Amino acid sequence: MTKGIVKAIIENLVQVEVSGPVSQNEICYIDLGGVKLMAEVIKVLGNIAYTQVFESTRGLKTGNTVEFTEKMLEVKLGPGMLAKNYDGLQNDLNKMNGVFLTRGEYTDPLDEDSSWEFTPIAKTGDKVSAGEWLGSVPESWISHKIMVPFGLVGEYTVKKMVEKGRYKLTDTIAVLTDEEGKDIAVNMIQYWPVKIPIKSYTEKPRPFRIMETGVRTMDTLNPMAEGGTGFIPGPFGAGKTVLQHSISKNADADLIIMAACGERANEVVELFVEFPKLDDPRTGRKLIERTIIICNTSNMPVAAREASVYTAMTIGEYYRNMGLKVLLLADSTSRWAQALREMSNRMEELPGPDAFPMDLPAIISSFYARAGFVYLKGGETGSITFIGTVSPAGGNLKEPVTESTKKAARCFYALSQERADSKRYPAVDPIDSYSKYLEYPEVIEYLNENINPHWVQDVIKTKDILLRGREAQDQINILGDDGVPLTYHDRYWKSELIDRVILQQDGFDPVDQSTPMKRQEYMLELILSICDTDFVHENFEKVMPFFVKLVNICKQMNYVEIDTEEFKQYEKELHKEVEERSAK
Amino acid sequence: MATQAFQKIYTKLNQITKATCSVRASGVGNEELATVAGRLAQVVKIVDDNVTLQIFAGTEGIGTDAEVIFFGKAPTLKVGPALAGRFFNAYGDPIDGGPEVEGTEVEIGGPSVNPVRRKQPSELITTGIAGIDLNNTLVTGQKIPFFADPDQPYNEVMALVALRAESDKIILGGMGLSNDDYLFFKHSFENAGVIDRMISFVNTTEDPTVERLLVPNMALSAAEYFASEHNEKVLVLLTDMTLYCDALSIVSNRMDQIPSKDSMPGSLYSDLAKIYEKAVQFPDGGSITIIAVTTLSGGDITHAIPDNTGYITEGQLFLKRDTDISKTIVDPFRSLSRLKQLVIGTKTREDHPQVMNTSIRLYADAANSKTKMENGFDLSDYDERVLDFAKEYSDKILAIDVNIDTEAMLDITWELFQRYFERAEVGIKDEFMKIYWKKA
Repeated sequence: MTKGIVKAIIENLVQVEVSGPVSQNEICYIDLGGVKLMAEVIKVLGNIAYTQVFESTRGLKTGNTVEFTEKMLEVKLGPGMLAKNYDGLQNDLNKMNGVFLTRGEYTDPLDEDSSWEFTPIAKTGDKVSAGEWLGSVPESWISHKIMVPFGLVGEYTVKKMVEKGRYKLTDTIAVLTDEEGKDIAVNMIQYWPVKIPIKSYTEKPRPFRIMETGVRTMDTLNPMAEGGTGFIPGPFGAGKTVLQHSISKNADADLIIMAACGERANEVVELFVEFPKLDDPRTGRKLIERTIIICNTSNMPVAAREASVYTAMTIGEYYRNMGLKVLLLADSTSRWAQALREMSNRMEELPGPDAFPMDLPAIISSFYARAGFVYLKGGETGSITFIGTVSPAGGNLKEPVTESTKKAARCFYALSQERADSKRYPAVDPIDSYSKYLEYPEVIEYLNENINPHWVQDVIKTKDILLRGREAQDQINILGDDGVPLTYHDRYWKSELIDRVILQQDGFDPVDQSTPMKRQEYMLELILSICDTDFVHENFEKVMPFFVKLVNICKQMNYVEIDTEEFKQYEKELHKEVEERSAK
Repeated sequence: MATQAFQKIYTKLNQITKATCSVRASGVGNEELATVAGRLAQVVKIVDDNVTLQIFAGTEGIGTDAEVIFFGKAPTLKVGPALAGRFFNAYGDPIDGGPEVEGTEVEIGGPSVNPVRRKQPSELITTGIAGIDLNNTLVTGQKIPFFADPDQPYNEVMALVALRAESDKIILGGMGLSNDDYLFFKHSFENAGVIDRMISFVNTTEDPTVERLLVPNMALSAAEYFASEHNEKVLVLLTDMTLYCDALSIVSNRMDQIPSKDSMPGSLYSDLAKIYEKAVQFPDGGSITIIAVTTLSGGDITHAIPDNTGYITEGQLFLKRDTDISKTIVDPFRSLSRLKQLVIGTKTREDHPQVMNTSIRLYADAANSKTKMENGFDLSDYDERVLDFAKEYSDKILAIDVNIDTEAMLDITWELFQRYFERAEVGIKDEFMKIYWKKA
């Protein structure tokens, strides 16, 4: 194994003089008086390896020794990852001692002593290749597949499978023979380098199904596809994290991976505290049981922040290969980009826009490309839906991270400061935001088939009403209330009705926080029928109170369950009000 | 700090800039402390045997033959109960004429708390200021800055908050504090009789700029001692973080780093996060709450300093001059406390969230009506009412001279709702309307 000695230290960039071969992205450990600091090679120049250290370098001296591992940064995959809280390098945070983090403490991501009830899927004599299922173990409510290691190239024959029964993680459960007759023992653990996508599937088609999130402004107006990509840019205080949390609570996914990347520790604590209490409406279990949290909070070492998103994505790919619907949320990808910037700066690379590295757009787009809907080798399907947040500097969307992400992601949920200031939550701007999936013929077909035959048409109509409402509002602001025709007020308030009843949603109300698609359809059709009604208003002063009354009734409807007497009562009241004002 | 036996002394500087110098030396650790011609310095870069030091007091008058003495350790602070009631400079040396503090020596800027060991902040901090308690409720373990223009009374308001909030220790980290403001803090805490639970680390405008880089970590190490070892509720006041960032940019500039937005170092976000994330609720009841000041230039929050701060802190408080009532108010639109959701409606009366949202919505309507009025359009009856509401709301709730408890704030707001509005215009859940809406 190659060894080296420290030659230079510039914050967390450490130059190491090496005595043998090293490779790009190889992991090494720097010895600091018995404490091993993990670092990754990011550049090699002659016999000097530039490494980024995943820990604080305080006290490090030139002359300290370094050991290289011949491995890239990798994750350890196997049953037992659900409900775990990892740091960016997949250390199990719960296994660490003490209140404060200790430098150089690395913990096992899996519980090696644990045993699992294994049921074989493959039989002796089967021909298998990387990613195919050998057997399964129940992990929480998921049937966790034990797969042919992704690193095995070519075709293998199953020589031996163990009987159904309880086995430890490290027990051999199968023996495979390669084409040259060499035997390979397989247990429930496998390793994979995080920066390389797992591609053990047969096909990656265009997404065609919708991933329900329970958030109306997304599901109704700009739906996210299963296996799709989206991003949420917004200035601070616009509600990015709250929106991501409500998606994570209600989304129609088998597994949620939250990558808290360089964000506030208290927000992660909120997940730790809330998720074990919240019920998962789909399984009846607790939300935490379908969640994996990868957290590298803003005060944790910067280099590990960059690694954290890759760690999360790789774990997602592993579960996708079991035929699961994985939802990956990263908050925030800007912090990841900033980590890249800090490093590029220390390496004295020529900077790109805003001092970010020149290859930032390429890095972002190849990361987003790892999401997607796939057909597995056994014919099953699996998906990773990825939604990242972006924290643009100064709230200005013309900055490198937002612009690079816009090129890579298919859905854009723009959070607006103006909406946030007037407490219109979620503050997703209905006019600036878009979902490219709404243009996919296969998605249109899916929506019209599964919701109702004129759904997409209705959604587009809703968007038009919102746009016309905004134009009317602009005119009213320029010309004054009495300077515009009465229809402008009517038009503006109809868009307000949609905004306040459909788009705004109380994330803290037990009923309103998540709306099933059926209910979204019901409410949209109801509101559109009001928008289609011709009203007779005496004068412009009468317009607002009337619509405010309608909004108020509809809001009360939003707060109660749909199949209750109360709901019907409010609905009756609503129809009465509409009836009174409508043109006969 | 005195020299000790067996310390190596170097006397050949090969580079001197305004804030740094370099010397050939061996066996030196990263971030190690040293003195250069008697001035404190810290190692910031090591390339082979060439060590670059940042000299806190500046390099004026330093010669190439200056003595460099390495201490073999990072900057430290001696922590112990005796810290209470004392005033220190940025190095942790007493400036009040008192004796050196006895205690355990700890490195400042130490490791962070394991996120899974943190507790969720859940204890309300009441200040009596309705603009804070009602609309932007603070919680222990929170970090929140005042975003203020230099002409606003931010230090006064911060002192007021510190004195009214219940806490076991108040730690002041003053960076580039003017001597007048330093004396103001000293006197207000003395007059309030809290000086014995007060600890100050002060770098005034008279002290060298780069020194202030040590202040936040000194203050926070002291805070960690009291919160973690004695389970105390500690309030840390940091003023002014903008001046701290200016010092960061000076150092990074001297080290030839490529500046990012607004000439700030590319690592500004991480640098600030390391400080603010020290705010924590410990499992055993202790907590560190940080209230900071970030001065703005012309109210511009898109500048890199307030912008990065906003992404780290749990909200921000804005002060504003309300000319209608001639008072300073807590701006209800731009201020935000992210952690308020953890306490409002549960630790306070259950109608709190709805009352808060409704009053702010109505206040926003008033702002629209005001624009209408200023543009010379006719005002509707609703416009008139909402404007009157806003004025009274501003005076009775938002003004910083208000000092009442939360129940009273809610009751006053309900009173105002009923005075100016109809049932439908308020739009609060029926269950609360039944209890608090007395009007027909």
